[in-house]
Amino acid sequence: MFEMPIINRELCNGCGLCLSVCECGALAIVGNIIRIVDTDECGYCTECEAVCPTGAIQCPYEIVIEESYEINPE
Amino acid sequence: MAIEIELLKSVPYFSGLHPPELEAIKRHVFEQSAERNDMIVLEDEPAEAVYCVVSGAVKVFKTSVEGKEQILCIIRPGESFNDVSVFDAGPNPASAIAMTPVTLYGITRAAMEALLREYPAIANNVIKVLSKKVRHFVSLVEDLSFRHVTSRIAKLLLEYATNHAVQDEEPQARPKLTQQEMAAMVGTAREVVGRSLKALEESGAIRMDRHRIVITNKKVLEEASGVTE
Repeated sequence: MFEMPIINRELCNGCGLCLSVCECGALAIVGNIIRIVDTDECGYCTECEAVCPTGAIQCPYEIVIEESYEINPE
Repeated sequence: MAIEIELLKSVPYFSGLHPPELEAIKRHVFEQSAERNDMIVLEDEPAEAVYCVVSGAVKVFKTSVEGKEQILCIIRPGESFNDVSVFDAGPNPASAIAMTPVTLYGITRAAMEALLREYPAIANNVIKVLSKKVRHFVSLVEDLSFRHVTSRIAKLLLEYATNHAVQDEEPQARPKLTQQEMAAMVGTAREVVGRSLKALEESGAIRMDRHRIVITNKKVLEEASGVTE
């Protein structure tokens, strides 16, 4: 399963800005709160996080060293 | 569509004005809509108006001759952009694009002059709005000019990747960072982090692989961070 943006429901004020910036249908509004819709269409553009006025959406990155590089750095 | 008083109240320039005044102000304001990715304002073009976002979000940015983009700010409902051009009669200082479908209230230079004559209280609001913007831009200039943000982002990525090697931990336990957290950790704005990550990707040091930042060339990343063995 794809990693998806994370919603902090306590911070979400239901303004819907993230919904309108999302081009892949990864977000839906249910009962005035944004919910994530699991979809492999989500390209993790992080626009929803950038546009959120309350910091309710997080798009965390895992930071890793490429395995092939670790084996043979040259 | 008619200008709505309730929405007009959310425009910072008209803060504190009473309904009868807002009713009179309506005739100086025009409504404009834009679809996602519509260019609303082009840098250096003659300015038509200051715009207040009623709904949606707008990205204000500058583009270099090489095509690199620097986001100046994201404008959300209740905020304005392209302000200075209506006060100094100069061209648009930056470009603005709709990030979502947007509704804007626009005020032309002539209308703003008339409003300031008729309602001097607006002048105080203008000062507050412009002061807030000056503070934001001074902070951004500081980040872009004096802080070597890219090298600090590079150092941060190296520390995270080295201290939390993939094989050591279960995927759920691996620490993750958002762009906002990276910004807070290196003392800059989120807008600057995005640009630094792009610069590091272009240098071949990292690859943005959806939700992963993959260090593809540790040596190049170390050089970017100023950490050399």
